[in-house]
Amino acid sequence: MYRPSLARPALLSRRRFVQGLSGGALVAAATGEMTWASAADRSATLFGPDFNLEIGTREVNFTGLPRPATVVNGQLPAPLLRMRQGDSVTLRVTNRLPVTSSIHWHGMIVPADMDGVPGLSFTGIAPGQTYVYRFRVNQCGTYWYHAHSRFQEQTGLYGPIIIERSSGERHRSDREYIVLLSDWTDSDPEHIFATLKRKSDYFNFGQRTVADFFADVRTQGFEATVADRRMWGEMRMNPTDLLDVSGHTYTYLMNGVAPAGNWTGLFNRGERVRLRFINGSSMSFFDVRIPDLKMTVVAADGQDVAPVTVDEFRIGTAEVLDVMVEPSDERAYTIFAQSMDRSAYARGTLAPRAGMLADVPSLDARVILTMTDMGMGHGGMHGAMPGMAGDAPMAGMDHGPGGAMDHGDNADMNHDGLTGMPHNAARPGSAAPRHASKEFGPTVDMQSEQPLPRLDDPGVGLRNNGRRVLTYADLHTLGGPIDRRDPGREIELHLTGHMQRFIWSFNGEKFSEAPPLRFKYGERLRIVLVNDSMMTHPIHLHGMWSEVLDEDGSFLVRKHTVTVQPGQRLAYLVTADALGRWAYHCHLLYHMEAGMFREVVVAREEATREHTT
Amino acid sequence: MRAAERYVGAAVCLAFAAGAFSQEAAPSRVDPVQDTDEMQHMDHARHDPPGAPEPVPSPHGAADMEQAGRSKEATRAEAPTASPKDEASASEPTSSEREHVAPDPPQHEVPPMGYSQMAAMMAMDDREAVGKALIDRFEWRDANGGAALEWDGAAWYGGDYNKLWFKTEGMRRAGTTEDARNELLWDRIFSRWWSLQTGIRQDFGVGPLRTWAALGVQGLAPYFFGVEATAYLGEGGRSAARLTTQYDLLFTQRLILQPEAEVNFYGKDDPSRRIGSGLSELEVGLRLRYELRREFAPYLALVWSRRFGTSATLARAAGENADDLQFVAGLRVWF
Repeated sequence: MYRPSLARPALLSRRRFVQGLSGGALVAAATGEMTWASAADRSATLFGPDFNLEIGTREVNFTGLPRPATVVNGQLPAPLLRMRQGDSVTLRVTNRLPVTSSIHWHGMIVPADMDGVPGLSFTGIAPGQTYVYRFRVNQCGTYWYHAHSRFQEQTGLYGPIIIERSSGERHRSDREYIVLLSDWTDSDPEHIFATLKRKSDYFNFGQRTVADFFADVRTQGFEATVADRRMWGEMRMNPTDLLDVSGHTYTYLMNGVAPAGNWTGLFNRGERVRLRFINGSSMSFFDVRIPDLKMTVVAADGQDVAPVTVDEFRIGTAEVLDVMVEPSDERAYTIFAQSMDRSAYARGTLAPRAGMLADVPSLDARVILTMTDMGMGHGGMHGAMPGMAGDAPMAGMDHGPGGAMDHGDNADMNHDGLTGMPHNAARPGSAAPRHASKEFGPTVDMQSEQPLPRLDDPGVGLRNNGRRVLTYADLHTLGGPIDRRDPGREIELHLTGHMQRFIWSFNGEKFSEAPPLRFKYGERLRIVLVNDSMMTHPIHLHGMWSEVLDEDGSFLVRKHTVTVQPGQRLAYLVTADALGRWAYHCHLLYHMEAGMFREVVVAREEATREHTT
Repeated sequence: MRAAERYVGAAVCLAFAAGAFSQEAAPSRVDPVQDTDEMQHMDHARHDPPGAPEPVPSPHGAADMEQAGRSKEATRAEAPTASPKDEASASEPTSSEREHVAPDPPQHEVPPMGYSQMAAMMAMDDREAVGKALIDRFEWRDANGGAALEWDGAAWYGGDYNKLWFKTEGMRRAGTTEDARNELLWDRIFSRWWSLQTGIRQDFGVGPLRTWAALGVQGLAPYFFGVEATAYLGEGGRSAARLTTQYDLLFTQRLILQPEAEVNFYGKDDPSRRIGSGLSELEVGLRLRYELRREFAPYLALVWSRRFGTSATLARAAGENADDLQFVAGLRVWF
């Protein structure tokens, strides 16, 4: 919830905001004509069906300090890969790094051994080796690829993929650009990770101060302010902790160009321009808008959606949104992508001619988390949540004629206490979460006691900001779900962690502590995610689509990465039609490394039984 | 109801989108009763021998949709959860259903391995150990017995659950270490905010060495008070207890006031180390630091200390005051 009284302007003067070099970083990325983001320049675009990719290092300079980056074919971001739906593609990936590397095709449904996760899909690409990825491209849309080895993604190994629809695009455009957002740091990611373990709020330069206390006393009164500080103090939680790593160390890039470099995409007046936004960052959520220009969202995570026109959207790490804009005036427009914690921004320009500029908005006021974000219900924030009428319980999930599910088949699957489908928990909106016992151990610092679906909640910092902000409730994938069956069972997973100790997990179990999740080949199941932490987590299931349900349990949107807000309870259906071992994790890179990762095994039932007994 | 409206809306959009669907392959629904074994056989037939992985469905274009449909139905036929109820609701395949193609099974599987080997391969291990060294106080004090150098630091190394801690604290004056303490502790987290610390402590400086067994808790109390509470048992039936607490008050993101308090109790008099039994010493400090970097902060401080009972008597005998207000300048560094 947005509480203007608690909002403070983000004072840039008191923190280092790296705007980057106006000269840009790479020769390729610094030219006025840009790279693959412009259709004219094909040097950074590779066309299928055969691709040769070479992973290596090169020196880049985004801030005035030359630093090594992980690049593909010498480029950061990696080259745009253009494929055609229906093609069989071959990607020869050669590793010129001194360490093992890998590439994962994010959002692409490929055989398990082509998915690029070392340890699960394959053994990784050893130094000097070439791995040949071969698969048929059955889908279409905007995707991306990135390393799945340690912090190579953070140091630059990410690039866009466009798959042309075999029957022609649903939404016509005159021109299109990739807008790939990322977070560059001059620091060694190993050092950042260790720093988070040593002092988890190291990068948070927006914490509440004594001055904020007195400001709040003036606007809210002494009692309310003390009560607020008491509440957070009792929980030992910090309401300003929106992102673990901030603009303090990050320079946010748009298509590999720092804000001062001002990436520019050209248009002719009246053209319909398709912007393919990809959040290729490691740890960042961006709130994106183009002042004076409406954006019509036409695809989410590569899946065409019913067009919806908005002023602004939040894009989670690894998420993808295609939007259409129709600039009708002979002027420049700023593409403004501020980080969720308002610590800095990425910025670029749409203009009729190179060199034109538009005003760059100032960062929005910093906003803090509320009780809603903490999954504590509506305490102290009456009527502020759009679309949430009082405390009325959510409508139950309609299972159709016949009502209850058939539980007989799943009885033997109830092996970790959270699978199966107890009658009292079948409603995605039901308020009583089932916390795993491990959640009450020393590695989890809180639970949401009243998580809500809140699909129409744009999230902290975007509520009631006067702009029309996209929410998940606005996204309706065209063409329905890929599978109309009701789910046979439900798996509830809680997104858990400990902020201070920087430990992240599902159900209180880190990757090293948890057995794989086992899906029966062919089954349709419902995954319920309850966010028991204060962070927003983008959850990515490899190999299978996540078909997000609305509050009534109806199909809403098909995604490869599902953002779950603090205190949110969100359900999606998965069809386990992809045999093999898959990664399932939070796409915040340091959360994944800290344990917020699970292996999913899709196996025929006989094999599943064998494993579970 | 809402869902129905939505689909109508989607249909309108589709119609609007220049009849894209009409150009797509006809959604021929294949007989769901497929011979599973035959499908498996076909799968294998498509595959190249190992070494040249070609796990790709037939590459011909026109038959793609149909191929897709057949793979799909094969999946369905095998699906253990498929039931007549599912079939009943499956009268009208969605266009997404027709377009979606399940991936082929993997041709190569990663050999079975333990967690450590897998973590090494993934270059991702949530059990990794991390270390930190903190010199919380390295300071000059205008103490009443003469200017003194004091230090208080800690270093730890370990994983999320278990760590090895080393703590050191002491005071030097006129080239002599007067009073100092080192502790080596095993730290085990046991609750949300607390860890158990157990190990040994050794006191050195003026007077005989004293060695103690230590058992305590360290953690974060409500309202963000950092707390250490430790009990000690030494040779000859000696006992001691130490309690410290501190708090960070942010004036700005970098200018931070840290109130801190420490009390020490002893079970027995130890005159050779100027210690009396009972509450022996209380020290309260107010340190105002400026974090040039998070890791590097000079500070100014006022520290007031008071000795009680026999400890006070012993201090006075040594020519010091029982209580003392000191001006302090120091440096806080960690890495």
